[in-house]
Amino acid sequence: MYKILKAEELTANIFLMVVEAKRVAKHCLPGQFLIVRTDADSERIPLTICDYDRENGTVTIVFQIVGGSTVEMSKLKTGDSFHDVVGPLGCPSELCEKTKEELDSMNILFVAGGVGTAPVYPQVKYLHELGVKADVIVGAKTKDLLILEKEMDAVAGNLYVTTDDGSYGRSGMVTKTIEDLVKEEGKKYDLCVAIGPMIMMKFVCKMTESLSIPTIVSLNPIMVDGTGMCGACRVTVGDEIKFACVDGPEFDGHKVDFDEAMKRQQLYKTEEGRAFLKAKEGDSHHGGCGNCN
Amino acid sequence: MDVLKKVPVREQDAKERAANFEEVCLGYNLEEAKEEAARCINCKNAQCIKGCPVSINIPGFIDKVKEGDIEAAYQIISDASALPAICGRVCPQESQCEGKCIRGIKGEPISIGKLERFVADWAGDNNIKPAVNAEKKNKKVAVIGSGPSGLTCAGDLAKMGYDVTIFEALHEAGGVLVYGIPEFRLPKTKVVAKEIENVKALGVKIETNVVVGKAVTIDELLEEEGFSAVFIGSGAGLPKFMGIPGETANGVFSANEYLTRSNLMKSFDENSTTPIMRGKKVAVVGGGNVAMDAARTALRLGSEVHIIYRRSEEELPARVEEVHHAKEEGIIFDLLTNPVEILKDENGWVNGIKCIRMELGEPDASGRRRPVEVPGSEFVIDVDTVIMSLGTSPNPLISSTTKGLEVNGHKCIIASEDTGATSKEGVYAGGDAVTGAATVILAMGAGKAAAKGIDEYLSK
Repeated sequence: MYKILKAEELTANIFLMVVEAKRVAKHCLPGQFLIVRTDADSERIPLTICDYDRENGTVTIVFQIVGGSTVEMSKLKTGDSFHDVVGPLGCPSELCEKTKEELDSMNILFVAGGVGTAPVYPQVKYLHELGVKADVIVGAKTKDLLILEKEMDAVAGNLYVTTDDGSYGRSGMVTKTIEDLVKEEGKKYDLCVAIGPMIMMKFVCKMTESLSIPTIVSLNPIMVDGTGMCGACRVTVGDEIKFACVDGPEFDGHKVDFDEAMKRQQLYKTEEGRAFLKAKEGDSHHGGCGNCN
Repeated sequence: MDVLKKVPVREQDAKERAANFEEVCLGYNLEEAKEEAARCINCKNAQCIKGCPVSINIPGFIDKVKEGDIEAAYQIISDASALPAICGRVCPQESQCEGKCIRGIKGEPISIGKLERFVADWAGDNNIKPAVNAEKKNKKVAVIGSGPSGLTCAGDLAKMGYDVTIFEALHEAGGVLVYGIPEFRLPKTKVVAKEIENVKALGVKIETNVVVGKAVTIDELLEEEGFSAVFIGSGAGLPKFMGIPGETANGVFSANEYLTRSNLMKSFDENSTTPIMRGKKVAVVGGGNVAMDAARTALRLGSEVHIIYRRSEEELPARVEEVHHAKEEGIIFDLLTNPVEILKDENGWVNGIKCIRMELGEPDASGRRRPVEVPGSEFVIDVDTVIMSLGTSPNPLISSTTKGLEVNGHKCIIASEDTGATSKEGVYAGGDAVTGAATVILAMGAGKAAAKGIDEYLSK
């Protein structure tokens, strides 16, 4: 059992938890993920690691309710436990392989969308601890859905917040901020790291491609084991088929086939959605999910 | 009674079982077991033992069954095997012990597998545990992977008095016994969980959720966590795909994914939270035991199932019994057929599989006649799900994170067949991680040999 030392709802439907997982905390690096199971018969849910404390043997996760399993997770309180936590999985961020000198010579831009702000945070923090300043764009639909602003501000070089509806910070999508920074405000970037919803990463990559900024994205497709065993997380990168769990989760965003990846998410979304609706509606569920007879 | 024939074993009716996940074979009862045991002529120079990768004293235990002393029979088996209820069910006996049985020359061999299963099940039902009587040795050994080789190696080392910890990557112990082989062939609660409990009863500790190579390295186990030796039994878990167009379409799965969802995550059960696609028409590509397992699982989930295999029936690598069961249950075999493309609709969902007819040409390196395409014979089978069952290879997670551990071109760890010793001192390996995908019993044989190798190393 893996004890939850802190459980907090950051904003509507987005939760942060600090979990005891000594082996994960000892080895994890920014960019890696873990898998949790709430109960003995729960689904395995992959989540990017958002922070870690090697001394206390804890890791921090942030998740948004998207289906039956995340509803179940959201009910856990401080003092409860996850049945299983396994990790760290996947490869660490490429940034972890670079020396401080290399990093110092680079202008790095992070682009975070929605709950994707959480996995961006440990990378920015990692750089901050090395004394490397990186710019960060955080986008949210509206002010109320913005998370970890204070935490991010403490580790980012410059933080640019934008909301789709203009209710806070800049106005518009993250792609607009990228364009404005480069074209209007004279910023130059050698690398962009974008993490957020698939559709956001797709359009960030289109934008950065036109601006000739190499871009890394972090994919989070549905997977089962997370160790390369099932192949559910197959993604086409350039001419190759990669497993996001062991070859990724970070890939060259300009090579990822986002349209295919989004279609593949659909398969599981409908199955997961069905489980969610069934749980929520109970006996009254009779086909609203579009999947049942 | 005809002494030339096996006492028939009761099975669930084919029509009935095609719609449930209950075990197909029902096994012997005491009378049937004694009757079958009576056919054994107790050869002095027993060939069956030579056919057994873990060298069970087969005539010895059968003799006890004859006498009706099933507990004694169990202890004889337990001396050699940690997992008899499993082996009695999944070993390819026809090519091992039973293949060598003298009775087989002039009739049917003794039904050794079914007798082993009976004895092990009886012991489980009567809560008989394997006897432990070793002195503690005060040395720690780490075993990576809780599949057949790991469990066997751990069990044997514990019997010798070592302090053994198994590290398992998944949330449940058992490896392929739990995620791969389906319930209807190997019941999880009744059989697998019980045998794992027996291994634990020998003093073996199991730590789940530890991916060695990620959460901890072998060097750390040896240098920081106080283990004197390590056995790698991490299996062959990486699925292969064909590399044909359309393989990333929605509805194409590896057999590993499909079986893991159904077996480990229990998605065959309507109440499970893990989804599985219940296709209307399913194509399973491949002809091995795993392909049969995937096909028979899909059938039980309500699908029409086609096995697509590029050679003919004679070359099917699956056990004869599995092919026979699959046919009885209504699986359609499209033999001498090879997929060339998976077709999909505009939303990316599978809506067919384009295949080409094959014919057998000259024998290839494996000695089997090589399948060759018949030009212009392409045709489409209308399916909505495709399960790729083309074999698996070892996961490089461990080999790539362990300095000095040599692997061959197939990423298989290089290890001595006799002792399991690898190129790295104190590190042993066996099972599919060394051989590539093979059988449960061969992995157990390797686990056993490595336990002996480790004991010799640590006794120096």
